[in-house]
Amino acid sequence: MPLPLLDINELTISFGGITALSDIHLQVSPGALISVIGPNGAGKTTLFNCICGLYRPDRGTVRFHGEPLLGFKPDAVARRGIARTFQNIELFLRMTVIENLLLGRHLHFRAGFFDAAAGSPRWRREEIRHREVAERILDFLDLQAVRDRRVGDLPLGRQRLVELARALATEPKLLLLDEPSSGMTAEEKDDLVFRIRDIREEMGVTVMLVEHDLKLVMGISDWITVLDHGLKIAQGTAAEVQADPDVIKAYLGETAIY
Amino acid sequence: MELRERYEEDLFLVRGALAWTALIAFCAALLLLPRAAPGYLLFTLSLIAVNSIIAVGLNLLVGYTGQISLGHAGFVAIGAYTAGLVMTKVPWPEPLMAWGVSWLAALSAAGLVAAAFGFLVGVPALRLTGPYLTIATLGFGIAIHQVLTNWDRLSGGRTGLFLPKLLFGPWRLGERQLYYVAIILAGLLVWVAFNLVRSHVGRAFVAIRDSDIAAEVMGVNLTVYKTLAFAVSAAYAGIGGAMLAFILGYLEPQLFTLFESIYYFSMIVIGGLGTVPGSILGAALLTVLPQQLAALKQWLPLVYGGTIVLVMAIEPRGLYGRWMKIKLWFKAWPF
Repeated sequence: MPLPLLDINELTISFGGITALSDIHLQVSPGALISVIGPNGAGKTTLFNCICGLYRPDRGTVRFHGEPLLGFKPDAVARRGIARTFQNIELFLRMTVIENLLLGRHLHFRAGFFDAAAGSPRWRREEIRHREVAERILDFLDLQAVRDRRVGDLPLGRQRLVELARALATEPKLLLLDEPSSGMTAEEKDDLVFRIRDIREEMGVTVMLVEHDLKLVMGISDWITVLDHGLKIAQGTAAEVQADPDVIKAYLGETAIY
Repeated sequence: MELRERYEEDLFLVRGALAWTALIAFCAALLLLPRAAPGYLLFTLSLIAVNSIIAVGLNLLVGYTGQISLGHAGFVAIGAYTAGLVMTKVPWPEPLMAWGVSWLAALSAAGLVAAAFGFLVGVPALRLTGPYLTIATLGFGIAIHQVLTNWDRLSGGRTGLFLPKLLFGPWRLGERQLYYVAIILAGLLVWVAFNLVRSHVGRAFVAIRDSDIAAEVMGVNLTVYKTLAFAVSAAYAGIGGAMLAFILGYLEPQLFTLFESIYYFSMIVIGGLGTVPGSILGAALLTVLPQQLAALKQWLPLVYGGTIVLVMAIEPRGLYGRWMKIKLWFKAWPF
């Protein structure tokens, strides 16, 4: 087995007595597409927030490429090659679509403040290069039509796609998608499945998916981890997880009514 | 809409023959004006240039980065007094004085010292947001005013600080020459502001305003960019303050009260938050307005307050926002 890209061990975090994640172990190998599912409040988003540096766990380690990741701020984590989207879309609403994508290129800029202030040739060359990358990603996700629209004016499904595009613009090695399909229509969801596959296969990006739509998850994941109340209760292929009695209990409750 | 064929065209600050003609005509008018205009008009235009510098800087902080500062007169005061002290307290050798090195040094020092203070005020801004930051900056502005009032030996206190006439070679810079210095400086700093806001630096500023969490996750270092926004904004205020000191030739703490902070703030709200041209429009309007309403001097705060409320209610994007709407309407005419 190759060295895991992301290696989480004993990850534990609590908020005022409530343990949001307890002793989580998770290994993601390069190129994989895995999903994290679980009922509301299971700790899925908390897991993402720990990985990308927004939360500081009480205990445990997160290694990326074998290097420790905890203790770094979100911008430092982003520079190491981890990008994410948010459950409640966090876009720059008063910017256009292309400007949002250019923010994704921010961490690749080498020109400094004075280059930008003077509009130096060095800055200009870089800006054009990054714009080319951003345009390619717009093409990849079929967003050219809304390129110059203000993001705040777009429907929810499109906004999710722009957020995905912005994350891709950072050229991540690991992409964390937090419920990318919520608020999407059925057709948009079908498209999304193909797009996530393309991202993995054409761009070689490792993908971690948090989802509520189990049908979507079952179709595309290599394997699935199930969280409930901060505990990992199951892990395996779609079929294995679906048959697991603990999972059924977590989703459907203790006793059957009929 | 005109077709763009290269990515580089997205970077142009001025687009199309019409815009270029207008810009050149505007610059030519500003440069030729002193031949025709009476002295008080030049003085007013110089003040507009100074206020534009301050307003553009304030807008970079408030309109673009979303960090509200109600203590900007403090930075202007720091710049003005730094310039005054560098001119009067530093024992300049005669030739340096004569060739204008002293006031150019004073101008640079004003920008640098104000930027340093901006950085210091920016540090608490990393933890304070919204109204708490506003109150902190308010306190800063009042504190600077108090220090200048009470620390006589530094500032001259209420008696004030007199600046020597600026020299440049054989010339003593009078109203007309100071006008040129002011508009050239304003032009330069406005150009820099335009460059910044279309670059990755400006985008990072706006990103912090719209969603600081997303900005951080996209790799924007909040510590660096928030303090940078404060430092740049304060540098603009400091340079504006130094220019103000040169034009007035005299400084006293009452020029930099809380009222002035609100005055600068009104400029950008009325002109249009988050726009460079709006800052200039607001600065021009609020420089001319008090002169026209000299009889109503004690009512001016009320006029500013009322105008801000009106602008917020009728056109939240300010004068510039309204202008853009008019332009759009004509472009789409007759549909």
